[in-house]
Amino acid sequence: MAYRHVVGPRTWAFADLASLMAKATPPRSGDRLAGIAAESAEESWAARWCLAEVPLKEILARPLIPYEADAVTRLILDTHDAAAFAEIGHLTVGDFREFLLMASPEALTGIAPAVTPEIAAAVSKIMRNQDLILVARKCRVVTKFRNTIGLPGTLAVRLQPNHPTDDPAGITAAILDGLSYGCGDAVIGINPASDSVQALGDLLHLLDELIQRHAIPTQSCVLTHVTTTLEAMGRGLPVDLVFQSIAGTEAANASFGVTLDLLEEAHDAMRALKRGTLGDNGMYFETGQGSCLSANAHHGIDQQTLEARAYAVARPFRPLLVNTVVGFIGPEYLYDGKEIIRAGLEDHFCGKLMGVPLGVDVCYTNHAEADQDDMDTLLTLLGAAGCTYIMGVPGADDVMLNYQSTAFHDSLYLREVLGLKRAPEFEAWLHAIGLTDGAGTLLTGAQNRLLADAPELAA
Amino acid sequence: MSDQAEIWARLARLTPARIGLGRAGSGQTTRSVLGFGLAHAQARDAVHTPMDAEAIRAGIEALGLSTLAAASRAEDRATYLRRPDLGRSLARTSRDALAAAAGETHDLALVVADGLSARAIHENAVPFLEAFRPRADEAGWRLAPVVVATQARVALGDAVGEALRARAVAVLIGERPGLSSPDSLGIYLTFGPRPGRSDAERNCISNVRAAGLAPDKAAFRLAWLLDQALARGLTGVHLKDESDRVLEAPDRPAALPQG
Repeated sequence: MAYRHVVGPRTWAFADLASLMAKATPPRSGDRLAGIAAESAEESWAARWCLAEVPLKEILARPLIPYEADAVTRLILDTHDAAAFAEIGHLTVGDFREFLLMASPEALTGIAPAVTPEIAAAVSKIMRNQDLILVARKCRVVTKFRNTIGLPGTLAVRLQPNHPTDDPAGITAAILDGLSYGCGDAVIGINPASDSVQALGDLLHLLDELIQRHAIPTQSCVLTHVTTTLEAMGRGLPVDLVFQSIAGTEAANASFGVTLDLLEEAHDAMRALKRGTLGDNGMYFETGQGSCLSANAHHGIDQQTLEARAYAVARPFRPLLVNTVVGFIGPEYLYDGKEIIRAGLEDHFCGKLMGVPLGVDVCYTNHAEADQDDMDTLLTLLGAAGCTYIMGVPGADDVMLNYQSTAFHDSLYLREVLGLKRAPEFEAWLHAIGLTDGAGTLLTGAQNRLLADAPELAA
Repeated sequence: MSDQAEIWARLARLTPARIGLGRAGSGQTTRSVLGFGLAHAQARDAVHTPMDAEAIRAGIEALGLSTLAAASRAEDRATYLRRPDLGRSLARTSRDALAAAAGETHDLALVVADGLSARAIHENAVPFLEAFRPRADEAGWRLAPVVVATQARVALGDAVGEALRARAVAVLIGERPGLSSPDSLGIYLTFGPRPGRSDAERNCISNVRAAGLAPDKAAFRLAWLLDQALARGLTGVHLKDESDRVLEAPDRPAALPQG
């Protein structure tokens, strides 16, 4: 069915819902690359007017990718909570925006299982940045493994101690550095340079021993393909979190070598290990706008809607952490700081609205029109929006993946400016080992007990 | 404190990561902020500085290799960055010129491509070819003229290799610059080049630069891979780079690169 909107003498027509949503998307290079973006500013705003009048029921009734053709669509519709939808089913997209602005945190929690990714994406397209921040801030998504992530007023950090050759001493040095800045409550997570199970085992043991030796209330992860992690679990290696990159269509996931059944198998294996002490949220997913287009698996759908569909893939596995690696993919998908900032806020909003613990890798590559000032802006906005976690990379420079993210210092900045705390168990541990005062502020000149490990490392 | 400062200095030597930076309150020190900004500026310049194709061609011709110029359909850097599809496709004039120059079949076409770092090409392309050429001569491979291509992505090599009737193509390309490595060259080898080849059908040698994989060693690897590719008729995920084993095997010293 075609959609129409009249602006003065001109009637704008949109062939179908996918086209309407694509043209209503705030401008970005990836949708232009796909050939689905609005061709003028007026067309884009006409599409937003038109989209605002579409009933949520209609979005639910018209899957962008047919039920028969895509496992992600089937997952979305099969797990949709019809009872919760009764609360919002009478609304249009435009009404829904106003409902969200006025809703209480409890009401938002109640409707989360009724929000499909298409509904979340549709409403985000007619929301300004401040709307995305205001509503996301009210969403509560709390998860647990060895600590509690996502409590109001907290911000966690993934400590990312990558090394170009996985050198154990170099990785340990970076971990000690990050912990000394009070980072690592979300996870200590390594992107390995090697994908062999042997190398994976060495890193898993390194992390497990370090966490045990210092009794750190956190969890570890080596971010490798889920099949490799399954093999590691089968060999009895100490796996805390199970990682996988995911995307919003069955075909894109297939290009990653992933199916929903495989994720289910990994989820079961993780839970059987019972390594979480406070909870069993043990999955960790990464996503990012543009991955479906990059895999030639986008079905003519805009990249932001597809990204929200990736959160629907994550949702049934009750993950501890999900993050969008927002600026990593490059300028052909998100061209500059403005596009990256908008995408980061959209992704965080859509994830939280759907009940997913969304963090953001606030990042960019050197061929994007962006710099550290843009990252400061996005970081600050996400702090205001109640972002679950950010990355902590030494000096913001990832020497293995060759991109710029956020530094350990950036979390200190955000805590000081916005008064954000760490996961409470981790906060208590930092205080107990004498690195922070009672308010969680790093002490200057404190004797750093973690460095007891250091002499043997750097002998 | 001085004990701790000394420990951090020692730890910092264990990794190229920026650790032990210290802090000024919740912020970074002036030194680390300015150091980061300068490194980012160098990486940005590497992306946006045009490749000096004439100088590169002259350098290659001085090695005794003939060259040809080519361009992708991306007309400028802004287009190149937004439209990877155009960077993978040969401009019509280039396609015609290469076809006219193709002549007989070749074992290998070499493409020197600006990619995302002209600096990587300026600093590493000629030293690499200088190291590779004797290995090609020794193996008796028939080399096509070296194509110097502007606004080029890796897959442009597929069209070049096909136009030059080459059994394989090796694309020397400026890699996406990292903050600490603005000068890194990547080499992608593809057997049976033709438009439509996927990245899974290529072998990659990355981080070729003075502070990374030295030209001699990279040349050895490419020769090893090409030898395997021509013998087995494939490249990609089914051709594992085991040149390390040859390099490291103590009983085969003859295989070690000289110098």
